Amino acid sequence: MSEEKKLPLLKVRDIHVYYGAIHAIKGISLEVNEGEIVTLIGANGAGKSTTLNTIAGLLKPRQGGIAFAGMPVEGTGASKMVYKGLSLCPEGRRIFQQMTVRENLEMGAFSRPNEETEKSMEQVYEFFPRLKEREKQIAGTLSGGEQQMLAMGRALMSKPRLMMLDEPSMGLAPILVEQIFEIIRDMNAAGTTILLVEQNAQMALSVANRAYVMETGRITMEGDADDLMHDDNVRKAYLGS
Amino acid sequence: MIFLDHLINGLSLGSIYAIIALGYTMVYGIAKMLNFAHGDVIMIGAYIAFCGLQYWGIPPVLAILLAMVFCTLLGVTIEGFAYRPLRQATSLAVLITAIGMSYLLQNIALMIWGANPKSFPTTFINGSNIRIGQLNISSATLITIVANIVIMVTLTLFTSKAKLGKAMRCVSEDRGAAELMGINVNRTISLTFAIGSALAAVAGVLLCSSYPILQPTTGSMPGIKAFTAAVFGGIGSIPGAMLGGILLGVIEIFGKAYISTELGDAIVFAVLIIVLLVKPAGLLGKPMREKV
Repeated sequence: MSEEKKLPLLKVRDIHVYYGAIHAIKGISLEVNEGEIVTLIGANGAGKSTTLNTIAGLLKPRQGGIAFAGMPVEGTGASKMVYKGLSLCPEGRRIFQQMTVRENLEMGAFSRPNEETEKSMEQVYEFFPRLKEREKQIAGTLSGGEQQMLAMGRALMSKPRLMMLDEPSMGLAPILVEQIFEIIRDMNAAGTTILLVEQNAQMALSVANRAYVMETGRITMEGDADDLMHDDNVRKAYLGS
Repeated sequence: MIFLDHLINGLSLGSIYAIIALGYTMVYGIAKMLNFAHGDVIMIGAYIAFCGLQYWGIPPVLAILLAMVFCTLLGVTIEGFAYRPLRQATSLAVLITAIGMSYLLQNIALMIWGANPKSFPTTFINGSNIRIGQLNISSATLITIVANIVIMVTLTLFTSKAKLGKAMRCVSEDRGAAELMGINVNRTISLTFAIGSALAAVAGVLLCSSYPILQPTTGSMPGIKAFTAAVFGGIGSIPGAMLGGILLGVIEIFGKAYISTELGDAIVFAVLIIVLLVKPAGLLGKPMREKV
């Protein structure tokens, strides 16, 4: 146990990912320690989502390694990664639109024993009381903010050690963005390690412990979230001031 | 009374179409492909049951079970060897493979059982007719309709209540998101083929009990009609396949009885074209919608 504590929960070492002939990720290394909130910021098309999808097992790196909880996992396949304790709340939410809110949450717990489902659902409803009100509603009829909550709640149902969130604030009104980030903080306080990809760099840096800045498939800067928030280059490029 | 006779015949034929259509619609909904070899799995199932009844002398229930087991294995094998390697290929490549598989199965049947039509033993199912007033219902008809209802209820419960059934709906909606839940997509698709093919075996036996001529092309026409029924009802939708199948059977029988025997099939397809003009997604098909 103490051995594992010293190791980062997630360690990505020099991965290269291709889409056909396009070299999308050109050697990325990053680490996430147990209990942290780490954010990956950068412009559109920098490769942030590709990085998360690769860690989640949806894409295979052509080169490099990924270790989760000390075990190599590159090329494991997404459906097996959930069982290892890693969960991705994907870009665009991708909730099951034709299923009810409750069914979506149940499917989030697919990797867990059936007896746990009820209890996990209660916990998710504590984070997202709104979802409980909408329990029987068809997910496709929820508002954008509620759909985001459902996507996060669904990811939480698998009781992940590491939850990866891809653009949770996308397309949401500022007040909802605040709310979503508050919940991210709460989930972290409740013991879930978080790797967050965001275009809203301001918000992301304000909740994160550490941050990586990505540009065209590479990491160009990394460090303490507070330090980066006050870095001139970061301010100019991503914080608009 | 003649009207009622036709209606019952239509319901019976429609029930067979519906059971076949379920196989098409489930595979389409989950694997996103048209399995044109499905009709030929019906024919193989009927031959297996035929051999069981005629040559090996096993009891009817066992013969049907044997056909179901055989077709399940056949369906899963076809999927694993022919379709799975093409999971990332264009839909056209998959379609052509399915058509090729259809001919392969027909030719294998031709090789094993020959071209001469076999007369399917129907005595086991046509025990006694049931009379309600002046109405005379054969037991084959009754069994077909009851089997259809049982299958419909079971499948609906399975996809709405069982964990694996819900996983099937997830894969149908968003394969990537389903994987993120921990659902094994390949295994789910195999399961779909298994269920569809087992139903095909049942349909094969029911079909040959009502129309007892069995030859290697027996599955083709009902296969195409059932595919039509699936589109008619809204492809990908389980209740749609049921509704489409039954309507198709009833329209076909009424068309043949009241309009023209020769034009029976043409009438069926004319109705399909009209429905698709008005509702392009089929009767119960869901129009595509997206929320940003």
